[in-house]
Amino acid sequence: MEEFLWFKDITKQFGSTKAVDNVSLSIRKGEIFSLLGPSGCGKTTLLRMLAGFESPDKGKIILDGQDITDLAPNKRRVNTVFQNYALFPHMTVWENIAFGLKLLKRPKDEIKREVDRMLNMIQMQDHAYKKPSQISGGQKQRTAIARALILKPSVLLLDEPLAALDLKLRQRMLLELSLIHDEVGVTFIYVTHDQGEAMSISDRIAVMNNGRIEQIGTPAEVYEAPKSSFVAAFIGDTNFFDGKISEVLDDEYCRITVPDLPPMLCFNDKKLAKGELVHLSIRPEKFQISLDEPKLGPKYNVLPGVVEDVVYQGDHTRFWVEVGDDWRISISRQHTRFVLDEKPIQWKDKVYVSWFADDGFMLERYREEDEDLLQTPPQTVGEVEEAQDRDSSTQDLAVNETGD
Amino acid sequence: MGKKSIRNLWAEGSLTTPSFAWLFIFLLLPMLIILAIALKPADPTGGIGQGWTLKTLMSLRNPNYPEVIFRTLWLSVTTTAITLALATPIAYYIARSTPWKRDLVLFLTVIPFWTSFLIRIFAWKVVLHPDGLLKQALVWCHLISPDTLLLYRPEAVLLVMVYTELPFAILPLYAAAEKFDFSLVEAAMDLGAGRLRAFLSVFVPGIWNGLVSACLMVLIPCIGSYVIPDVVGGKGAAMLGNVIAQRTFTDRNLPAASALAAVLTIVMLLPLFYFLRRNKGGDEGPRPAKEVV
Repeated sequence: MEEFLWFKDITKQFGSTKAVDNVSLSIRKGEIFSLLGPSGCGKTTLLRMLAGFESPDKGKIILDGQDITDLAPNKRRVNTVFQNYALFPHMTVWENIAFGLKLLKRPKDEIKREVDRMLNMIQMQDHAYKKPSQISGGQKQRTAIARALILKPSVLLLDEPLAALDLKLRQRMLLELSLIHDEVGVTFIYVTHDQGEAMSISDRIAVMNNGRIEQIGTPAEVYEAPKSSFVAAFIGDTNFFDGKISEVLDDEYCRITVPDLPPMLCFNDKKLAKGELVHLSIRPEKFQISLDEPKLGPKYNVLPGVVEDVVYQGDHTRFWVEVGDDWRISISRQHTRFVLDEKPIQWKDKVYVSWFADDGFMLERYREEDEDLLQTPPQTVGEVEEAQDRDSSTQDLAVNETGD
Repeated sequence: MGKKSIRNLWAEGSLTTPSFAWLFIFLLLPMLIILAIALKPADPTGGIGQGWTLKTLMSLRNPNYPEVIFRTLWLSVTTTAITLALATPIAYYIARSTPWKRDLVLFLTVIPFWTSFLIRIFAWKVVLHPDGLLKQALVWCHLISPDTLLLYRPEAVLLVMVYTELPFAILPLYAAAEKFDFSLVEAAMDLGAGRLRAFLSVFVPGIWNGLVSACLMVLIPCIGSYVIPDVVGGKGAAMLGNVIAQRTFTDRNLPAASALAAVLTIVMLLPLFYFLRRNKGGDEGPRPAKEVV
């Protein structure tokens, strides 16, 4: 495959912190590529190096066959949508969008035609002569996008473009962004700490942590087959059991023993050997929960437990179930049917928790610095909401704040 | 008007009365007194005569005045222009510096205030003196001939005024630059602007209010300056302030001095009112739309 945009062995250090640590990355033409990670993971630094506001200590950036590592920002065919929009407050929406073309000294009628086309695309014709302070957050966002796109860049960089908007508007802007992408076909590089945004807009995602890339893949790949415990925990929720492989079965499965729990069956795709220490990770939605012991095939695991907490969330219910002596697992059950008919599962009920052996995946033991992230989510009802919202929990992570 | 707004009005009034009283007693009243004296005849003993007259104001048509007024204006405007041109990049630099560097440069900016203004002016006299180090150094470098005079000429006044006013321009400009969102400069560069272009088309409009106040902070004291032209300027570089002093101390003609001072004050208030009115809308207020291409 032809390399379109290529980060080659990039390292960038701020003081004693390595913001970006030997990152290599190849981005395809026309795709929406997300850099996802907690604040301080180096994603913004990587973006700023591509825009030309920082230069790497080591490594090269190659765009369309040209080495742009040391090129000034105004000489690159790369434009940015800034986190706080960075619209020029003394200019109207119209002048903001026209800024880049005016610098290129294009003829007036061409500027007018192009700006009007952009205004049309972002549906801001009626607000063309307003100042940025007179328009709403979503309109500022669209103006910032039009201002960057009018120069027909090879790559459009979006630095947490939706961070300042409220939830509903964020969802709508995500949709609009994909529509704009379909229309202009420019390569988008999208930086965010919000896994929901990244999952819904991206063709591919690079999950970053501590200046390194943990995994690159499609949204489904990073969610369903995370390569590390960090990725598993950062993208969506998950439950971890610390265990040890006690038996390797011949049909690609193995048994894992976890202290004070019966042995669990798990798909052994990584061909791990007996005696290895692993994390068994199971997503909350992969569990079934029932009051009666389910009758399932041999490829299922069943654990008895006690319901610790129930949080009704409309489209699904979240259960916290204690299994064994000290394991608390989070289970999410989608309400695919009308729930009032059923006998509800309540607090302190004895339940059975079951899952298909293929739905669990084994990961290497996590690193110590990821410990905070992997802790059991908070238990009280008020805090559970926070845990649901990855926004807040990931921001608290902040391993080391650098440029992000 | 509701009950609440009347109460607010009262609260506002009681809070602002002290400052209004201060401004009235120490600013407006003296100005009115000067205006009144300008309309009085002079007393031969140096006092103020009886009755009212327009004769003093008429005497402002003195043929020597236009030259002094012109010199005052060009020295003040040039000083302001040079000072702002120097202070704006300095403010940009300070605002972008690390906290340690920022503190250092700000400290260096205000350190001249620790020495008396008069002493600093006399220090310049030593520097520019025909036997001074600067003169000798310049002659040694063959940049000037030995008989060029550095002191006692309008350019010396200009130099010392720029030196004196520079901190007064740096401080308001720094205050504005500190609040400036530098991602706008990055955005401009991202859209194809070079450093200078980004500075001029984004940073300068962004700190416009700071520029206006720096301009007034420099221009107004310059127009009224008296000590600097007196010490380093000499006869050929006298400004309006010197003429007013001469009328007061040498001629002992208070009405003539007051007439000059009143005219000077009014001339200075005009640009002030203009800027204040212009700035009233600020950057936020709605302005009539216009297409700019």
